[in-house]
Amino acid sequence: MRVYVTSVLVDDQETAHRFYTEKLGFVTKNDIPMGDTDRWLTVVSPEDPDGCEVLLEPSGHPAAKPWKEALVNDGIPITSFQVDDVRGEFERLRGLGVRFTQEPLSMGPVTTAVLDDTCGNLIQIMQMNA
Amino acid sequence: MDDGAKVFKALADPTRRKILDELADRDGQTLFEICTRLTMKHQLGLSRQAISQHLEVLIGAGLVIGRREGRYKFHHLDSGPLERLTDRWRRTTKET
Repeated sequence: MRVYVTSVLVDDQETAHRFYTEKLGFVTKNDIPMGDTDRWLTVVSPEDPDGCEVLLEPSGHPAAKPWKEALVNDGIPITSFQVDDVRGEFERLRGLGVRFTQEPLSMGPVTTAVLDDTCGNLIQIMQMNA
Repeated sequence: MDDGAKVFKALADPTRRKILDELADRDGQTLFEICTRLTMKHQLGLSRQAISQHLEVLIGAGLVIGRREGRYKFHHLDSGPLERLTDRWRRTTKET
Protein backbone atom coordinates (compact mmCIF):
# COMPACT_ATOMS: atom_id res chain seq x y z
CA MET A 1 0.00 0.00 0.00
CA ARG A 2 1.35 3.43 -0.92
CA VAL A 3 0.25 7.03 -0.40
CA TYR A 4 -0.43 8.58 -3.82
CA VAL A 5 -2.71 11.49 -2.89
CA THR A 6 -3.52 13.72 0.06
CA SER A 7 -6.46 16.09 -0.02
CA VAL A 8 -7.03 19.68 0.98
CA LEU A 9 -10.65 20.84 1.19
CA VAL A 10 -10.82 24.09 -0.77
CA ASP A 11 -13.61 26.67 -0.86
CA ASP A 12 -13.26 27.11 -4.60
CA GLN A 13 -11.36 24.80 -6.94
CA GLU A 14 -10.46 27.42 -9.56
CA THR A 15 -9.12 29.86 -6.94
CA ALA A 16 -7.22 26.99 -5.33
CA HIS A 17 -5.79 25.84 -8.66
CA ARG A 18 -4.40 29.32 -9.30
CA PHE A 19 -2.98 29.68 -5.80
CA TYR A 20 -1.34 26.26 -5.66
CA THR A 21 0.21 26.61 -9.14
CA GLU A 22 0.89 30.35 -9.57
CA LYS A 23 1.91 31.15 -5.96
CA LEU A 24 3.10 27.91 -4.36
CA GLY A 25 4.62 26.66 -7.64
CA PHE A 26 3.01 23.21 -7.95
CA VAL A 27 2.08 21.86 -11.40
CA THR A 28 -1.23 20.34 -12.51
CA LYS A 29 -1.22 16.54 -12.58
CA ASN A 30 -4.87 15.60 -13.10
CA ASP A 31 -7.89 17.70 -13.99
CA ILE A 32 -10.86 15.46 -14.65
CA PRO A 33 -14.52 16.63 -14.59
CA MET A 34 -16.56 14.91 -11.88
CA GLY A 35 -20.26 15.66 -12.16
CA ASP A 36 -21.62 19.12 -12.95
CA THR A 37 -19.08 21.44 -11.42
CA ASP A 38 -16.60 19.41 -9.38
CA ARG A 39 -13.24 18.25 -10.73
CA TRP A 40 -10.71 15.61 -9.71
CA LEU A 41 -8.02 18.24 -9.55
CA THR A 42 -4.56 17.34 -8.35
CA VAL A 43 -1.25 19.17 -8.32
CA VAL A 44 2.23 17.86 -7.73
CA SER A 45 5.66 19.26 -6.94
CA PRO A 46 7.78 19.94 -10.08
CA GLU A 47 10.72 18.63 -8.00
CA ASP A 48 8.93 15.28 -7.64
CA PRO A 49 6.43 14.90 -10.52
CA ASP A 50 5.76 11.24 -9.74
CA GLY A 51 5.44 11.90 -6.01
CA CYS A 52 2.39 12.29 -3.81
CA GLU A 53 -0.35 14.46 -5.35
CA VAL A 54 -2.34 17.13 -3.55
CA LEU A 55 -6.04 16.79 -4.31
CA LEU A 56 -7.78 20.19 -4.27
CA GLU A 57 -11.09 18.78 -3.13
CA PRO A 58 -14.36 20.78 -3.03
CA SER A 59 -15.41 21.53 0.57
CA GLY A 60 -19.12 21.33 -0.14
CA HIS A 61 -20.04 19.14 2.83
CA PRO A 62 -21.83 21.24 5.48
CA ALA A 63 -19.47 20.02 8.21
CA ALA A 64 -16.43 21.33 6.31
CA LYS A 65 -17.06 25.03 6.87
CA PRO A 66 -17.25 25.11 10.72
CA TRP A 67 -14.34 22.64 10.92
CA LYS A 68 -12.13 24.74 8.65
CA GLU A 69 -13.10 27.97 10.41
CA ALA A 70 -12.23 26.51 13.82
CA LEU A 71 -8.79 25.42 12.60
CA VAL A 72 -8.05 28.82 11.06
CA ASN A 73 -9.22 30.59 14.23
CA ASP A 74 -6.64 28.67 16.25
CA GLY A 75 -3.95 29.03 13.56
CA ILE A 76 -3.77 25.28 12.89
CA PRO A 77 -2.45 24.22 9.47
CA ILE A 78 -4.32 21.48 7.59
CA THR A 79 -1.14 20.05 6.12
CA SER A 80 2.58 20.68 5.76
CA PHE A 81 4.84 20.99 2.70
CA GLN A 82 8.62 20.62 2.81
CA VAL A 83 10.93 23.28 1.38
CA ASP A 84 14.72 23.73 1.35
CA ASP A 85 14.62 27.25 2.76
CA VAL A 86 11.61 28.44 4.78
CA ARG A 87 12.87 32.01 5.10
CA GLY A 88 13.55 32.25 1.34
CA GLU A 89 10.07 30.89 0.54
CA PHE A 90 8.54 33.23 3.11
CA GLU A 91 10.16 36.25 1.42
CA ARG A 92 9.23 35.03 -2.07
CA LEU A 93 5.60 34.29 -1.18
CA ARG A 94 5.14 37.44 0.86
CA GLY A 95 6.36 39.34 -2.20
CA LEU A 96 3.51 37.69 -4.14
CA GLY A 97 0.99 38.93 -1.58
CA VAL A 98 0.62 35.69 0.39
CA ARG A 99 -0.58 36.18 3.97
CA PHE A 100 1.33 34.41 6.75
CA THR A 101 -0.17 33.75 10.20
CA GLN A 102 3.19 32.55 11.50
CA GLU A 103 6.46 33.97 10.25
CA PRO A 104 9.50 31.67 10.10
CA LEU A 105 10.27 30.07 13.44
CA SER A 106 13.35 27.93 14.06
CA MET A 107 12.99 25.24 16.70
CA GLY A 108 15.96 22.87 16.79
CA PRO A 109 15.56 20.29 14.00
CA VAL A 110 12.91 22.20 12.05
CA THR A 111 12.05 25.68 10.83
CA THR A 112 8.39 26.33 10.03
CA ALA A 113 6.03 29.06 8.84
CA VAL A 114 2.25 29.08 8.27
CA LEU A 115 0.43 30.68 5.35
CA ASP A 116 -3.18 31.18 4.20
CA ASP A 117 -4.10 29.35 0.96
CA THR A 118 -7.00 31.82 0.28
CA CYS A 119 -9.36 28.83 0.10
CA GLY A 120 -10.12 28.49 3.79
CA ASN A 121 -6.98 26.68 4.95
CA LEU A 122 -3.70 27.35 6.64
CA ILE A 123 -0.68 25.52 5.23
CA GLN A 124 2.60 24.94 7.05
CA ILE A 125 5.90 25.02 5.20
CA MET A 126 8.85 23.38 6.92
CA GLN A 127 12.51 22.69 6.41
CA MET A 128 14.72 20.16 8.14
CA ASN A 129 17.72 21.93 9.66
CA ALA A 130 21.05 20.25 9.07
CA MET B 1 -9.96 38.73 43.37
CA ASP B 2 -8.53 42.21 42.80
CA ASP B 3 -6.51 42.98 39.68
CA GLY B 4 -3.17 42.72 41.47
CA ALA B 5 -4.04 39.30 42.83
CA LYS B 6 -5.03 38.15 39.34
CA VAL B 7 -1.65 39.22 38.00
CA PHE B 8 0.25 37.44 40.78
CA LYS B 9 -1.84 34.31 40.34
CA ALA B 10 -1.24 34.36 36.59
CA LEU B 11 2.51 34.78 37.07
CA ALA B 12 2.74 32.08 39.75
CA ASP B 13 2.54 29.33 37.12
CA PRO B 14 5.76 28.44 35.23
CA THR B 15 3.90 27.50 32.02
CA ARG B 16 2.20 30.89 31.95
CA ARG B 17 5.56 32.61 32.43
CA LYS B 18 6.91 30.59 29.48
CA ILE B 19 3.96 31.79 27.37
CA LEU B 20 4.83 35.39 28.27
CA ASP B 21 8.51 34.71 27.44
CA GLU B 22 7.51 33.45 24.00
CA LEU B 23 5.18 36.40 23.35
CA ALA B 24 8.02 38.71 24.38
CA ASP B 25 10.20 36.92 21.79
CA ARG B 26 7.59 37.60 19.08
CA ASP B 27 4.39 39.49 19.74
CA GLY B 28 1.14 38.46 18.05
CA GLN B 29 0.92 34.67 17.89
CA THR B 30 -1.83 32.23 17.02
CA LEU B 31 -2.76 29.53 19.52
CA PHE B 32 -1.00 27.07 17.19
CA GLU B 33 2.29 28.98 17.32
CA ILE B 34 2.17 29.22 21.12
CA CYS B 35 1.49 25.46 21.36
CA THR B 36 4.32 24.73 18.90
CA ARG B 37 6.80 26.85 20.84
CA LEU B 38 5.91 25.25 24.19
CA THR B 39 6.22 21.77 22.72
CA MET B 40 9.29 22.23 20.53
CA LYS B 41 11.32 24.73 22.54
CA HIS B 42 10.34 23.78 26.07
CA GLN B 43 9.32 20.12 25.70
CA LEU B 44 6.07 20.85 27.52
CA GLY B 45 3.66 18.11 26.56
CA LEU B 46 0.49 20.08 27.21
CA SER B 47 -2.79 19.71 25.38
CA ARG B 48 -4.05 22.57 23.25
CA GLN B 49 -6.98 22.83 25.65
CA ALA B 50 -4.67 23.21 28.65
CA ILE B 51 -2.68 25.93 26.90
CA SER B 52 -5.92 27.65 25.94
CA GLN B 53 -6.93 27.67 29.61
CA HIS B 54 -3.58 29.16 30.62
CA LEU B 55 -4.13 31.88 28.01
CA GLU B 56 -7.56 32.63 29.47
CA VAL B 57 -5.96 33.22 32.89
CA LEU B 58 -3.38 35.55 31.32
CA ILE B 59 -6.13 37.39 29.43
CA GLY B 60 -8.15 37.67 32.65
CA ALA B 61 -5.13 39.27 34.36
CA GLY B 62 -4.71 41.71 31.47
CA LEU B 63 -1.25 40.36 30.63
CA VAL B 64 -2.34 38.99 27.25
CA ILE B 65 -4.74 40.55 24.80
CA GLY B 66 -6.57 38.41 22.23
CA ARG B 67 -6.99 40.28 18.94
CA ARG B 68 -9.24 39.09 16.14
CA GLU B 69 -8.10 39.91 12.63
CA GLY B 70 -10.57 38.60 10.08
CA ARG B 71 -10.70 34.83 10.51
CA TYR B 72 -7.48 34.72 12.55
CA LYS B 73 -6.90 35.30 16.25
CA PHE B 74 -3.59 36.62 17.55
CA HIS B 75 -2.33 36.92 21.13
CA HIS B 76 -0.36 39.95 22.27
CA LEU B 77 1.65 40.66 25.41
CA ASP B 78 0.54 43.62 27.52
CA SER B 79 3.08 44.53 30.20
CA GLY B 80 0.83 47.35 31.51
CA PRO B 81 -0.36 45.42 34.60
CA LEU B 82 3.27 44.60 35.51
CA GLU B 83 4.29 48.24 35.33
CA ARG B 84 1.39 49.25 37.59
CA LEU B 85 2.42 46.60 40.13
CA THR B 86 6.05 47.68 40.32
CA ASP B 87 5.18 51.39 40.27
CA ARG B 88 3.19 50.84 43.43
CA TRP B 89 6.31 50.08 45.47
CA ARG B 90 8.63 52.36 43.58
CA ARG B 91 6.46 55.33 44.54
CA THR B 92 6.42 54.22 48.21
CA THR B 93 10.21 54.04 48.19
CA LYS B 94 10.47 57.58 46.82
CA GLU B 95 8.11 58.99 49.46
CA THR B 96 9.98 57.64 52.46
